[in-house]
Amino acid sequence: MSSHAHTGHAVVVEPSGFIRKYIFSIDHKVIGIQYFLLALTAVCVGIVLSLLMRFHLVYPGAHLPFVSGGIMTPEQYMALVTMHGTIMVFFVLTTAPQGGFGNYFLPIQIGAPDMAFPRLNMLSFWVTFLAFVAIIAAFIVPGGAPISGWTGYTPLSGMGEVTGPGEGMGQTLWIVSISLFCLASLLGALNFIATTIDLRAPGMTLFRMPLTVWGWFVTAILGLLAFGVLLAGGILLLLDRSAGTSFFLPAGLVVNDQLQPHSGGSPLLWQHLFWFFGHPEVYIAILPGMGVASHVLSTFARKPVYGYRAMAMAICAIGFLGFMVWGHHMFLSGMSPYSGFAFSVLTMSIGVPSAIKTFNWIGTLWGGKIQFKSPMLFALGFVSLFVSGGLSGLFLAQPAVDNMLHATYYVVAHFHLVMGVAAIFGIFAATYFWYPKMFGRMMSEPLGKLHFWITFAGTYCIFMPMHFVGLAGGIRRYADATGTTYAGVLQPVHVFMTYAAFITAAVQLVFLFNFFWSLKHGAVAGKNPWNATTLEWITDSPPPIDNFGGHYPSVYRGPYEFSVPGYRQDFIPQDLTPEQAALLK
Amino acid sequence: MPGSTVADEIELIGTGRGGGGASSGDDGNAGGGGDDWKDSSGSGVPQRAYVTGMTIALGGVLMFFMALVSAYIVRKDMPNSAWVPFNIPRILWLNTAILIASSFTLARSRSRLLASDDAGFRHWWGVTTILGIFFLIGQVIAWRQLAAAGVFLATNPASSFFYVFTAAHGLHLLGGVLALLYVAFRPTHKLTKSTATEVVSMYWHFMDGLWVFLFLLLLLGR
Repeated sequence: MSSHAHTGHAVVVEPSGFIRKYIFSIDHKVIGIQYFLLALTAVCVGIVLSLLMRFHLVYPGAHLPFVSGGIMTPEQYMALVTMHGTIMVFFVLTTAPQGGFGNYFLPIQIGAPDMAFPRLNMLSFWVTFLAFVAIIAAFIVPGGAPISGWTGYTPLSGMGEVTGPGEGMGQTLWIVSISLFCLASLLGALNFIATTIDLRAPGMTLFRMPLTVWGWFVTAILGLLAFGVLLAGGILLLLDRSAGTSFFLPAGLVVNDQLQPHSGGSPLLWQHLFWFFGHPEVYIAILPGMGVASHVLSTFARKPVYGYRAMAMAICAIGFLGFMVWGHHMFLSGMSPYSGFAFSVLTMSIGVPSAIKTFNWIGTLWGGKIQFKSPMLFALGFVSLFVSGGLSGLFLAQPAVDNMLHATYYVVAHFHLVMGVAAIFGIFAATYFWYPKMFGRMMSEPLGKLHFWITFAGTYCIFMPMHFVGLAGGIRRYADATGTTYAGVLQPVHVFMTYAAFITAAVQLVFLFNFFWSLKHGAVAGKNPWNATTLEWITDSPPPIDNFGGHYPSVYRGPYEFSVPGYRQDFIPQDLTPEQAALLK
Repeated sequence: MPGSTVADEIELIGTGRGGGGASSGDDGNAGGGGDDWKDSSGSGVPQRAYVTGMTIALGGVLMFFMALVSAYIVRKDMPNSAWVPFNIPRILWLNTAILIASSFTLARSRSRLLASDDAGFRHWWGVTTILGIFFLIGQVIAWRQLAAAGVFLATNPASSFFYVFTAAHGLHLLGGVLALLYVAFRPTHKLTKSTATEVVSMYWHFMDGLWVFLFLLLLLGR
């Protein structure tokens, strides 16, 4: 992209040729869109899998033409659980907010022409793509997809085909896919951090960075520290499966009447390594959404973010505490009560920065001239879901309560609200908000509002009743509990949730239509359709290859100067000099 | 912005961007300082970003190895761990000495570079590369000795970890050797020579220190 001109200056030249421009591009904007489209593909797969699960829970005996054998087996159901979780967590919730929007907007928002290491950036995307190919391939290999859950718990995941269909080649592909994903994410995280540290425009101090940048920056730090640990675990697990080692596999295991030739390994060791990654991963999914929510709430309330510094520091605090609470996923593992207590207290302490954020979001809205545009609605939805889902986290943080609820739908409802759908709402808010910048046209507002209201109501219709199913003893991961008396009575609730799920999924087609229709038919956006303040809005839509057409901005003020008293204009862009701003008085 | 160059540069300079608009030479030192990164050596990325990038990368590498180390400690102290300690091949002492020596020769090479003594730089850089290759050969010999003694990857957890640690570190060090060779034989367009050697040195010293740590762990912790 950059060639060394004879004058000694960097000249960014757009590559000619389709492949260098759109496929193996090193432009962070193209890579961002590639990540986004990958996530869009993945989310379609993930939703179809979840619908199949919901359908099976309600009609366990139904004949399905595409299932080998006609009726879905419990193993096939477990394969759906596994693949839905894996694809959604890794290839949607990690890929879209960070790889997609982070890649596209982090450099622009800090006034840089690209990421610090563009080639590394390209490599990150293509390794992620390979990882996606590997996980999809698990569907079609003999034995099919793995059945050990997105957490890949040992010993089930460590022994090969003897433990069930999908545990042969499918499980191996799962581990390979996750390991590749770890590598790609490490490279990506490295790039994000170096870019944020070294490529900020003059005047862009840390506390003038938009909260979105804070979100991506801290997320990248979490990724850097967490993915290496999962990679290490993945390598050890692969060795257990294929080289006969016993890192995670204990002695004396008899599976299907066969004594397994392993000795002395620790299944819990895998859980520790996995959750040391897995809990920060939750924040990797949600922190960018928090940044986007703050950003969008401020823009559409026409008010500065309330307590900007506290918001930035709360992101850091959540990231920091996120590394010390992995044990709360393992309360049932027989850990010492003292460890359980420590993990419990640390877990609940995350409520403090979370409450700071929620309080400040409400403070941002308070007294604002709120414009209910689609991005704003989704940002408000994010706050709502984050609070609803987060509250149940306080219950689950108690080891005694968790003992009862851990294996039930209560946990499923909790994490779907707080990290699943909340993060998805963050992605939607980001999509509606930045679409005009990325593609130069507006998305349809009526369709956006339709999409929001049905998705918002539908989400609560799916996951609120699910809490009660869990409280009533509905065990998760069971393919069919209709035959039991305690769970059979919950069946009408399952039916309701399934209908809600199908309606919510159907309305996503409205989003897809809106997304692709608006590419050609949306209203032309102009540079700054939302009257926003940050640097991405001072350049063209879509931005030129070097982001600012050679006129790199300097920054003179904070990111959220909305409705500043004494000014005729209710927003002051970050690059306005004091003299230029004085003209607006 | 295809095509237009001169006009944009004048504007860049005119708006006071990019420090002193005139280009810096290719022998500039790392960093460049301030916010004048737009004009440093043609790539648009300040030299200090490479140093930052390597620092961050080493953080990630450290987490990877520490995950393995914590697994080692936990696994070893499991009840019924089936852990069978074995004698570390003696050649590892030699390998360790070689690797430590390579750090000194590398430091020497870099100080020669900073003293603008290109011949001295190349000499010590080459010596470092050869020591690195010797280390890797030594590690392979250690594996062969263990294999000859009937100690393989899957023999018992102690041997499993030994092979995992040495292989993971060896692969990382192989990367270091390739980086040494790359800097020696290929001109680096985006990095100045000073930055390239600094970044490679950081990596090399880190891998040296990491090996000493792993060696002591395998030696004393078995």
